[in-house]
Amino acid sequence: MNEAALFTGDSNEAWELPSRGIVGMLCLIVAEATIFLIFVVAYVYYLGKSLAGSTPHDVLSIPIFTTICLLSSSITVHLAVSAVHHGRSMLASIWLVATVLLGTIFISGTAMEWYHLIYRDGLTIQTNLFGTTFYSLVGLHATHVIFGLLMLSFAFLFSLRGHLTTEQSNRMEVLALYWHFVDAVWVVVFLVVYVLGR
Amino acid sequence: MDGTLVEAEEIALRNSALQVLHNWVTTVDHKKIGLMYIGSSLLFLVIAGIEALVMRIQLAIPNNTFVSPQAFNRLFTMHGTTMVFFVGMSILFGFGNYLIPLMIGARDMAFPRLNAFSFWCTFFGGVLLYFSYVGGNGLSGAGSAPDVGWWAYAPLTARPFSPGHSTDYWTLAVLLSGVSSIGSAVNIVTTVVSMRCPGMTLGRMPLLVWLYTVMSMMAFVTVSPLTAAQIMLMLDRYVGSHFFDTQAGGSAVLWMHFFWIFGHPEVYILIMPAFAFANEIIPVFSRKAIFGYPAMVAASVGIGFVSLSVWAHHMFTVGMSAGANTFFVLATLTVAIPTGIKIFNWLATLWGGKIHFTTPMLFAIGFLFQFLLAGLTGVMVGAAPFDWQLSGSYFVVAHFHYVLVGAILFMLFAAFYYWYPKMTGRMANEALGKWHFWLFLIGFHVTFDFMHIPGILGMPRRIYTYEAERGWMVWNLIVSSGALIQAVATLIFVWNLIWSYFKGPLAGPDPWDAWTLEWSTSSPPPEYNFAITPVVESRRPLWDLKHPEDSDSYYE
Repeated sequence: MNEAALFTGDSNEAWELPSRGIVGMLCLIVAEATIFLIFVVAYVYYLGKSLAGSTPHDVLSIPIFTTICLLSSSITVHLAVSAVHHGRSMLASIWLVATVLLGTIFISGTAMEWYHLIYRDGLTIQTNLFGTTFYSLVGLHATHVIFGLLMLSFAFLFSLRGHLTTEQSNRMEVLALYWHFVDAVWVVVFLVVYVLGR
Repeated sequence: MDGTLVEAEEIALRNSALQVLHNWVTTVDHKKIGLMYIGSSLLFLVIAGIEALVMRIQLAIPNNTFVSPQAFNRLFTMHGTTMVFFVGMSILFGFGNYLIPLMIGARDMAFPRLNAFSFWCTFFGGVLLYFSYVGGNGLSGAGSAPDVGWWAYAPLTARPFSPGHSTDYWTLAVLLSGVSSIGSAVNIVTTVVSMRCPGMTLGRMPLLVWLYTVMSMMAFVTVSPLTAAQIMLMLDRYVGSHFFDTQAGGSAVLWMHFFWIFGHPEVYILIMPAFAFANEIIPVFSRKAIFGYPAMVAASVGIGFVSLSVWAHHMFTVGMSAGANTFFVLATLTVAIPTGIKIFNWLATLWGGKIHFTTPMLFAIGFLFQFLLAGLTGVMVGAAPFDWQLSGSYFVVAHFHYVLVGAILFMLFAAFYYWYPKMTGRMANEALGKWHFWLFLIGFHVTFDFMHIPGILGMPRRIYTYEAERGWMVWNLIVSSGALIQAVATLIFVWNLIWSYFKGPLAGPDPWDAWTLEWSTSSPPPEYNFAITPVVESRRPLWDLKHPEDSDSYYE
């Protein structure tokens, strides 16, 4: 068999495929979105069905400030990516640290909210269906925020040491994509839990 | 002097054995991982097959006391869980892993380490599931294997109904398998989207690659709900939340929804690769290009979408509203349209072809016939009024085994015989293969054709024994003897795999005169598949090469 013929096709036309990192992350995001969807469905399904204990209206207050912080961190991470893209490592560090700070404010807000819910209102995951669905849904999101913050902090450390060069801009984009997803999920959680569900 | 030499040789041999083991355990090569997936699922296939045989022995005669009721519950739970998660999913991902990079002209999967992680995750999950027999109450308590059924309906899985750790083993094992499946699915889609060789446009991809892509996309929107549901079940069991706790207002039906949102598309996830194998094998042994390539792709995507809205046909007897029942009947029956298109296209491919009745082709033809029959009983139980009569009876068991064994397993056997030369470099024995086919065909029909009858006569599934006067005995005896015939046939198959590995004639790169890219490499393929990245110009690159006067690229 003349193998050569198979391998000497006309490769003049440009053959460019999407980057692996972006496609993989998009797939992961679809899978994750489905997981969140199931928890949101459970939350909505059990709204008002708790037999005892507190209700969302009694104990939840709308976390406007921390929400604004989290959503603006999408902008800062975008600016960080474009800084990396243009090879401006210093600027990237600044935007990255801003993103981490904003995310930390958000997660501290969640921590304070949970502290009050547990110690002031006596609402735990065991209390009733509201506790069960609230902590699992918001907790699932918080886990994703913490994971994202860890990755962003690593990126920040790398940028300080000058390892975040233009070649890494693709990886930064993948990380930013994840972070945008975490923010987008929060919009849904915020609407379902704090606006409609209350 | 002599003694030390022998000793040195022994040490060298031992070292090389360790080296080989080390190479397999640490490998990130997609072919080795694929083979490990296939090997581990064959192991679990044998275990779950033995469980099925024990159940059939128990049910062969009335008032049998071969196993206890509790042991029977464990058997059907373990059989179902093993077959779906640790045989079905892993064997299909195994073939996918092996074939996809070869077929699209890539050197490996997109994320080789994630690939290895996925395999070890699912393998460990299977080991964990079976460890439950020695864990939990320990060996002295005869183990505490899960006994909640593979559907694990709430509140059966709640602490009061399922004390001990058996259900924890189940949920952890399934969770691990789910994580592994999502990882593999992400890997497959990414590989197909971003690793195709130059010229391999979407319209030129082998249909196998198309179907695996659809299957993987289905996997990450349906396995994830299962993963979410497993997390909820764990929270219920470990930290006392109330998702499925009816005492605190939780809902058992919500578990059913969450489970079947995964559970039904799962059947399509399992059968997509079977379709994929048929799409490769039937054309090659008919010596014709597949009929209606675009229609096949469209039908696969169609099945993918429709299958996402059919899950509640498992719940017609739960007491949903008439509107919901109607919707799910219609959605379920709609699947018949794309599957019908597929069957007609396979028949059209066969039509007027020079058919070669090799073992893979025999299994493929068996698949066509049996898949059609399975679809017909599927239409029966897909209609709510009919399902009200037969839900929870052996008719349903017969129907889904018709799909799982008659369609999926037959096509898997075909795939084994078809790609065995590529994977091992040697041909599988045709005579043994034909013995395997005919015996298995007979065993299959004796088992599952007759299993419909006790179902219609009212025999419920999941019962461990029955009284003689029910009139189910003759049918059960026939069914059980059919299961034994299948077991003998499977032994022939396993013997064939082993014998041919050592004694089979050398295969050469392209023993079937096929036309997809994997047959352009040596058998087995070298470490990185292709020394030079191939460039393709049509759907049948190898055909173009062998028949330059009749190249497909002229017709595109």
